[in-house]
Amino acid sequence: MKRWWRRQRALADFTLAALGRRRTKNLSLIAVFSLVVFVVASAMLFSAALKREADAVLESAPELIVQKMVMGRHEMIEASAVEVLADIRGVMGVKGRLWGYFYDASSGANYTFMVPEDPALTPGPGEVILGEAVPRARNLGWEGAPLFLSRRSGDLVKFEVAQVLSSDSALVSADLVLVNEADFRSFFEIGADVFTDISVTIRNEREIDTIMTKAEKLLPAARFITRAEITRTYQKLFSWREGLLVALAGAAILAFAIFAAEKASGLSAEEAREIGVLKAIGWDTRDVIAMKLWEGALVSVGAFLIGTVLAYGHVFLMGAPLFAPVLKGWSVIYPEFHLAPYVDGLQLSTLFLITVVPYMAATLVPIWRAASADPDRIMR
Amino acid sequence: MSRRPTGPVFAGFGGLALLFVAAGLHAALSTPGHAERMAASAQLVGQVGLTDLALFTEARYARHPAMADLHTAFQDNPMSFEHFPSGTFVPVTEDLGRGRLGFSEAEVSQ
Repeated sequence: MKRWWRRQRALADFTLAALGRRRTKNLSLIAVFSLVVFVVASAMLFSAALKREADAVLESAPELIVQKMVMGRHEMIEASAVEVLADIRGVMGVKGRLWGYFYDASSGANYTFMVPEDPALTPGPGEVILGEAVPRARNLGWEGAPLFLSRRSGDLVKFEVAQVLSSDSALVSADLVLVNEADFRSFFEIGADVFTDISVTIRNEREIDTIMTKAEKLLPAARFITRAEITRTYQKLFSWREGLLVALAGAAILAFAIFAAEKASGLSAEEAREIGVLKAIGWDTRDVIAMKLWEGALVSVGAFLIGTVLAYGHVFLMGAPLFAPVLKGWSVIYPEFHLAPYVDGLQLSTLFLITVVPYMAATLVPIWRAASADPDRIMR
Repeated sequence: MSRRPTGPVFAGFGGLALLFVAAGLHAALSTPGHAERMAASAQLVGQVGLTDLALFTEARYARHPAMADLHTAFQDNPMSFEHFPSGTFVPVTEDLGRGRLGFSEAEVSQ
């Protein structure tokens, strides 16, 4: 064992000395390789953490949402539908939800107005509870500053800020403006007999399908959205194969794959000569291959470790500053959130396999050919 | 002891491996604090009756992807692929309805 290790260490020494001769080229290769791993690993860690966060947080979302569809679009639903749904056996509670969007021309931001379901969180008349990002968007600098909103020119509605929600929940509440039902209806000028949609609480989760079938017969024009569908939407949104990763890193990975394959598989004349000399002075084919394996491993494992460690720091210690502008897009309001660090072992192993193994394979194949050929022919 | 090139390089690898393990430890140790925060967020979701994350606030279908109109992403203009950058991340909703047509109830439920 000791002898084996001494031999391997000698081979590694030789490999490093050989790599050192083309120092700039190899260092830039490791830098680019690490950068690609960094981008992919950041996207993976970020989306896995967001996925977990969405899963945990949306666990308390309404079990079933009933929307009215008119001409393919979501419409206000009549209050009478609440009673229709409440009469279905197995339904525990039915509540009309009131929520809508408000474009604030003075800050250019979109707010989500909402009436909380829980009376404990419902603000008094003329009061609002704001999400963490709204005072930021409006520059409400001092404590107790009121919120003025203008629906059209010449119109100004004043709300007292009763509370600003903690930034701990920014991911779900950043743009919220919570008001009571009367204020909501008068602000948006809607009648007392309509809701945005209806949330249904169900006694036994396994009955959702049966209840939906019954409700579909009673409200044929409605659309039903279950909690499972809401969670699935987010799983799909943050799936690293679909949204984030493809958008962020797809092109970069492809470019690097071409670059690495070219670098690793095309053997330069100098390298071929080197192998010829080694063979001529008595190196075995096995030694040459072991040396190249060391080279591939040092480059790819090094890049993997550098890239992943940096990605972890980027996503969980610094709050993914490189992704923020991409995710932010054109929106004025963007939640300031910190994700719970989460490392998915399977994803990391996948990343290891898709970065290290192909690189080592690409290094080995041409060497195999050169190393098994006659040294005299290679050196000529 | 001769100066071998593997010495500092192996030490560097050792350092990186330590950082790698430290990242794992950091993740494990900070879980309880974050679990508390997530529980508070989940409570808020329940209290207000929220359905979506406030990650993209620029368009209706990006703010509430789970509640958006069916196929909203490409609805507005056939040649406009996407108005907003966030459209890149927000895919078409999973549930596009039952998608069954028939002349009778029995035929549809087949």
